Amino acid sequence: MSAAAEPLRDTDLGESELEARVRSLWRTPRGVIGWLSSVDHKQIALRYIVTAFFFMGLAGIGAVVMRLQLATPDAHVVNPDRYDQLFTMHGSTMMFLFAVPIMQAVGLYFVPLMIGTREVAFPRLNAFSYWNYLFGCLFLWFCFFSNNGPDVGWFSYTPLSLSQYNVGHRADFWAQMITYTEVAGLSVAVIMIVTVFKMRAPGMTLDRIPLFTWSSLVTAFMIVFAMPAVVVVSTMLILDRMVNTHFFDSSLGGDNLLFQHLFWFFGHPEVYFIFIPATGFVSSIIPTFARRPMFGHTAVVLSLVATAFMSFGLWVHHMFVTGLPRLGESFFTASSMAIAVPSGIQIFCWIATLWSGRPVFRTPLLFVLGFIFNFVIGGLTGVMVASVPLDTQVHDTYFVVAHFHYVLIGGSVFPLIAAVYYWFPKVTGRMLSETVGRWNFWIAFVGFNLAFFPMHILGLEGMPRRVYTYSAEMPWGTLNLLSTIGAIIFASSFLLLLWNIVRSLRRGEAAGPNPWDGDTLEWATSSPPPPQNFTRIPVVTSLTPLWEHRETLPAVAGLRVDRREVLVSTLTEAEPDIRESSPEPSIWPLFAAIATGCTFLGSIYTPWAIIYGALPVTITLIGWFWPKGTKEDES
Amino acid sequence: MRALASRASFLAATLLMACSHEQSALAPDGGTARAIYQLFWFFTGVCMAVWLVVMAFMLAAIFRWRGSSPDPMLEPEDASERRISWVVGAGVALTVLILTIFTFASFLTNKSFAEPRPRSVTIKITGHQWWWQVNYEAHRADQTFETANEIHIPVGQPVKLDFESPDVIHSFWVPSLSGKQDLIPGRYTTLTIEADKAGIYRGQCAEFCGIQHAHMAMYVVAQASGEFAQWRAQQLQSATPPHTDQLRRGQQVFQASACAMCHSISGTNAGGRVGPDLTHFGSRMSIASGTAPNTLGNLTGWIADPQRMKPYTRMPSVALTGPDLIAVSQYLESLK
Repeated sequence: MSAAAEPLRDTDLGESELEARVRSLWRTPRGVIGWLSSVDHKQIALRYIVTAFFFMGLAGIGAVVMRLQLATPDAHVVNPDRYDQLFTMHGSTMMFLFAVPIMQAVGLYFVPLMIGTREVAFPRLNAFSYWNYLFGCLFLWFCFFSNNGPDVGWFSYTPLSLSQYNVGHRADFWAQMITYTEVAGLSVAVIMIVTVFKMRAPGMTLDRIPLFTWSSLVTAFMIVFAMPAVVVVSTMLILDRMVNTHFFDSSLGGDNLLFQHLFWFFGHPEVYFIFIPATGFVSSIIPTFARRPMFGHTAVVLSLVATAFMSFGLWVHHMFVTGLPRLGESFFTASSMAIAVPSGIQIFCWIATLWSGRPVFRTPLLFVLGFIFNFVIGGLTGVMVASVPLDTQVHDTYFVVAHFHYVLIGGSVFPLIAAVYYWFPKVTGRMLSETVGRWNFWIAFVGFNLAFFPMHILGLEGMPRRVYTYSAEMPWGTLNLLSTIGAIIFASSFLLLLWNIVRSLRRGEAAGPNPWDGDTLEWATSSPPPPQNFTRIPVVTSLTPLWEHRETLPAVAGLRVDRREVLVSTLTEAEPDIRESSPEPSIWPLFAAIATGCTFLGSIYTPWAIIYGALPVTITLIGWFWPKGTKEDES
Repeated sequence: MRALASRASFLAATLLMACSHEQSALAPDGGTARAIYQLFWFFTGVCMAVWLVVMAFMLAAIFRWRGSSPDPMLEPEDASERRISWVVGAGVALTVLILTIFTFASFLTNKSFAEPRPRSVTIKITGHQWWWQVNYEAHRADQTFETANEIHIPVGQPVKLDFESPDVIHSFWVPSLSGKQDLIPGRYTTLTIEADKAGIYRGQCAEFCGIQHAHMAMYVVAQASGEFAQWRAQQLQSATPPHTDQLRRGQQVFQASACAMCHSISGTNAGGRVGPDLTHFGSRMSIASGTAPNTLGNLTGWIADPQRMKPYTRMPSVALTGPDLIAVSQYLESLK
């Protein structure tokens, strides 16, 4: 730290002057252009979250329509063609456009705050990823609203999705939009890994990283290794459809099981990159409301890492009825059972934390308890479907539909709603209503269980998945009706949440920086956080910094205040390493995303689009990376 | 008289359909389905116990401190942390033990299914969008025959099913008899089913196979071996020749119209290979792959407008005059 004296540093200024200067340095410019150029990780994350919830709403309405169709036998609410589009859009949206992006987005918002930095690594890539994601969502739903939505399921198995059986461009839209939105997912994963590895506040050694940050990091690694598989498979699919590559055409030497292997090599880890961030929410919320540090912090971290590794060795349990060799299948039974161990460890540690703490009952904790209730059911039915003989009965039936909704809604959406109640005050500066929150919880809890528990029985009674109707002679009517009623109740709990949010935004009680007396760094800054997150980068001396230093946090001194400066630290010990300038806002990521989006859109109709599209993509990338004469960073 | 006969056959068919909805993994009637059923209850029992224990701990953890004022922040004590560690450790050990038992129970059940057993009957099942082609195999060509959407098997004998699919992936699933097995284009798959007692078991395609996946059902009829032999002998016969003018007219219409381009009726000129073989159509329980009971009324409606009963079905509407339609339906119903 022996730089020349010319640049102005934070040591030269008084507190209020420093605050004002740093704030104006990091502020996003006003106006439409400014808004479109923003690289602030909080703004981008919030856009991600709002977009993801919006499309969740659409996919949720789709689910209610499907439930209405199934409420009575031989119903005619929608025709079979529309029904197939609905369940394809529901699955694709919930998995690709809602669950994964929203988990990444919560990480984008809170990880920099939790690790005490001002911005993510690669802020422009972050902006680029959001625009890509948004355009992908819009394109896919535009197809659906023009009655051209994909209709071959969110898994698009061949040969049903090949051009012989799926004429037109429905499956092409699916393939290209999945690839396109995964560009966003992969970008955010890379951002997350580098941010957590290199931008932690000084003193935040590996063993002082908060659990939610760990979960985001582990998830990001999983995404980097799993997502390419789905990008590859959806690209192979469109190549088969467009230029007759015959990867999957069995009459010409292709193989349909190849599709399934590649899809599930991604698809199974995907379930865990929806679930692992959710455990991060739970591990943030439980210590705050149990009023003690997390029991078994290290065990939980190791469980996350173990889950991530093991999740890559289970994919074949989606293929137990395809006629693979029995001995090989049994290996995947064992591995699928074994992954219950790290999940079990986490559940035991959460209960132990509550047991030895003094739980304070607020809405976030209620949702977390609901999560444990539901997720344990989903986990246990998961153990059941891991068994080859049991799976041959319940595979592709409503039992499996029940199972994974217990895991995905019970295991991830309940923690997500808990996280909304927990972090809403930080994001907006206002509290959500506690009374409405309790109603919200009980309606969601009852509705969810009423909607999905009967499906276990329906599946065992022989009801297959993805049927648009069933005959009155099948004994499924009553349970289906019950399930539909539950679905409507569950859906209304989201309206209540929306109302709570809208009302609290205007009239909610002021939150202050740390309304729940949380222990992690995001609570150290004001609510909502200023553009620079922290006027002075904090120094971390423990796992629970805010409980350690109740008065003021120790802070780093010596950063420049004439440019956006962040501190790069070492990987394990988080020692300050380099002072680096963070990129200014730029409109180019938006242009680059538009160019990329048009290329992908064109490639649905002609392979030449890749060639023509390369030009605008190159031009926008040159604009994005045009040298600005920034001086070398200092060590 | 004919009206009465048709009403009686309608009643009979409805009754058959009504008492034949045995399509449940919870009502097993055959070898592997029974073993899976037992395994299911073993798993379910243990899982319920585990869930109850976890819930009990969770509720105890939160209600332990009900009423006590929240501390500002708790500093965990070493001694109590160690105690809790032991309990958590025991929980993890128990989890590992249960999962190991589950894995072995599952493995042993699976292994028992793989044991080779002599099989008297071999049937080739071909999945189509959206119906099941059924071919009884034999060493002599004149002992083979074809039918559709209805599989008869002798009670108490393992029956080998060989699967094939020329179009997309389907999945054969008759839950009361066995778990399911996919039919994958370009791959050979097989399954052995067995029924312990006589009865009619319904099954349904379990892998999404396109727009009419919901209407791709089939029936397995388990019969005593004598009855089965009788049925088999009857199926080997060529179609019953029409014996009235009305039926002869029906046959003529069938052969002269588009019907014969897709359907076969052995012993006649109709030799289409696209749709189901109709040689003994009148003896089957359902039409359109389990979509409706096989009655004259339903059949007439189906031929008149297939898209109404089963939208997007591959069967086209064939323009027939009213009397021709009736004649062809009556002819088909006469093919017992």
